[in-house]
Amino acid sequence: MSSAPAHVLIVGGGGTGGALAHDLALRGLAVTLVERGEITSGTTGRHHGLLHSGARYAVRDPASAVECIQENRILRRICPGSFEENDGLFVALTEEDMEYLEPFLEACAACGIPTQPLTPAEALALEPNLNPDLKAAVRVPDATMDAMRMPLRFFATAKANGARILPYVEVVDLLVRDRVVSGARVRDHVTGREGEIRADVVVNAAGPWSGKIARMAGVDLPIRPSPGVLVAVRGRLCNMVLSRLHRPGDGDLIVPQRGLSVLGTSSWTVHDPDDLGVPEDHVRTMCEEGARLVPAVARAERRAAWSAARPLVGSRGEAETGRELSRTFKTFDHRESDGVEGFVTITGGKGTTLRAMAEACADVVCAKLGIDAECRTRETVLLPHTAYYTDGR
Amino acid sequence: MRIETDQRSSAGAEGPTRTRRFRVFRYKRGDRGPRYETFDVPVEARTTVLDAMRWIQLHVDPSLAIRHSCSHASCGTCGVRVDGREVLMCVTPVEDLGREITVEPVANLPVLTDLVVDMRAFYARYPDEHPLVRESELLPGAKTPEGIATYVRYEDCIECGLCLSACPIAATDDRYVGPAALAAAERIVEERRGADLAALLAWADEPDGVWRCHAIFECTRACPSDVRPAERIMTLRGMLARGHAPMEEAR
Ligand SMILES: Cc1cc2nc3c(=O)[nH]c(=O)nc-3n(C[C@H](O)[C@H](O)[C@H](O)COP(=O)(O)OP(=O)(O)OC[C@H]3O[C@@H](n4cnc5c(N)ncnc54)[C@H](O)[C@@H]3O)c2cc1C
Ligand code: SF4
Ligand code: FES
Repeated sequence: MSSAPAHVLIVGGGGTGGALAHDLALRGLAVTLVERGEITSGTTGRHHGLLHSGARYAVRDPASAVECIQENRILRRICPGSFEENDGLFVALTEEDMEYLEPFLEACAACGIPTQPLTPAEALALEPNLNPDLKAAVRVPDATMDAMRMPLRFFATAKANGARILPYVEVVDLLVRDRVVSGARVRDHVTGREGEIRADVVVNAAGPWSGKIARMAGVDLPIRPSPGVLVAVRGRLCNMVLSRLHRPGDGDLIVPQRGLSVLGTSSWTVHDPDDLGVPEDHVRTMCEEGARLVPAVARAERRAAWSAARPLVGSRGEAETGRELSRTFKTFDHRESDGVEGFVTITGGKGTTLRAMAEACADVVCAKLGIDAECRTRETVLLPHTAYYTDGR
Repeated sequence: MRIETDQRSSAGAEGPTRTRRFRVFRYKRGDRGPRYETFDVPVEARTTVLDAMRWIQLHVDPSLAIRHSCSHASCGTCGVRVDGREVLMCVTPVEDLGREITVEPVANLPVLTDLVVDMRAFYARYPDEHPLVRESELLPGAKTPEGIATYVRYEDCIECGLCLSACPIAATDDRYVGPAALAAAERIVEERRGADLAALLAWADEPDGVWRCHAIFECTRACPSDVRPAERIMTLRGMLARGHAPMEEAR
């Protein structure tokens, strides 16, 4: 049976799983992706919708910042028409913020993130709703993304290239024998029936749930679900993405999207990514901090408040709030880390870096399978999101 | 700054927990037909219908299939009928509803499982051109930065299918392309973005296009995103009746 391509089973239909399905399909592998609910129903669809320039991380986490600016450029190229390409402003409101200005500009330059410093008058001419007491602003290439439709383009293209995408199929256990993973036991919520899917490699792309999936293979993964609260208010109070010019903190970011302005976010840690709650005190903080950047936030009507959990790579008991953990991603080949064969985890990262995460993970998967195939996702323009619904299931 | 919270305390502080009874449409492929199943769900001040369905998945029945993604009325996946009315689950507070709440999938699209419909039948209705991004309004007094001629933003339509579900014509004739697709076409006529207007208008002029609409305006009432599809259908009709598109003349 040497003619059949190797089969990879991906667990999790968020942006990471979708980008991986696309990458592996382009490299000629047989791919099945299972997602327990609708595609992007995990963290991906619920995130803030910022296509990061990397500026937010430049000072404290330059590795993440460099990943962001590279992927920001690639995504604009391969997902044309999928972003509100209006750039972003980092806004200094206090003397303390002003002390952050020089290190911020230097760090952005070091990471290759273009910046344009603006005077308060120049910034107000662009965004008249800004707090008029601002002290300075810096323009960066942030943008707004549709948290569902941008990743859907990866799924659509993967499907067109032969990947099998199965929403409403939940992994209930992994098939493990003698420390070798050979597939998964799944429950199909469309038919209500259980079955098995065999694979040469199983990739755990279950985001904040990846700890749960790893446990099915007897692997203890250093992942911590770290949720944050987001609040959408009615009205487009700005056209550019607005951030406070300071160390990343709570409620310091406003992302305009459609006819809404989305305020966020906070950060804490939990054990169960399915049970987050929406702490009302966090919601209040989002509104108060948002109103410092754009006073009109205080009078805006709330449309929705919700939580989503980041899959942060760290170790238990290391950090308290999650903000200290790096936002970069990590691929675990569990043969190396835990002596378990046939099992790989890709986690951490950001919505913005989905393609890079997929590339790094696909390299590991191909190396394991002895397949020599180049990554082609940097150049491949993706199909529109609607193509996801034009065939298949 | 950092906020301390006990994750379960969220809405609890705002009043005692009550329960509501949900009658939920259930169907799995191979079943003889659909049935309704009843669940009692604890609710708090701000619990939404989506929260309630996820509570059922988490605590009672993980096989309950629903569509959701963004949780803030932007993705359009969570459309259902609650007590017969088209809504987005994520922005529908349980508080505003009665003691017993019936949740069913949207109408006029095939049911895949439980509350999940097959969206292929929705997207198949659209014309080929389907831009996602449009010109954005400029805030009063605002300029755009150098290098950006016009701000852009996503279209209002979130492709939720609620208008199609509410449409009495679509209920009797599944060839009718329906309000969402026609509204999208009208948006392209309004803001061309390089599209072939003649082909688009010919598409809208088909018997299953704008002329099928009986101007009942249920679509506009159902739309959660203020697209006003019925008004847009009327605009297209006006143009076609006059035999030309004024926009085309203007350019
Ligand atoms: C509050 C917040 C705001 C954020 N804002 C931004 C932002 O503005 N920009 C940005 O770039 N990034 C942002 N992020 C980060 C970004 O959302 C995540 O990094 C990214 O979405 C993770 O995607 P993923 O595919 O790895 O995980 P997920 O999207 O969570 O995908 C994992 C999937 O696995 C599925 N799954 C779980 N268990 C099973 C099972 N047993 N069987 C089958 N499937 C299963 C889940 O349903 C889920 O869909 C934000 C994160 C948070 C928390
Ligand atoms: S027009 Fe309104 S109701 Fe119809 S699909 Fe679009 S957003 Fe939904
Ligand atoms: S979950 Fe996206 S519209 Fe409700």
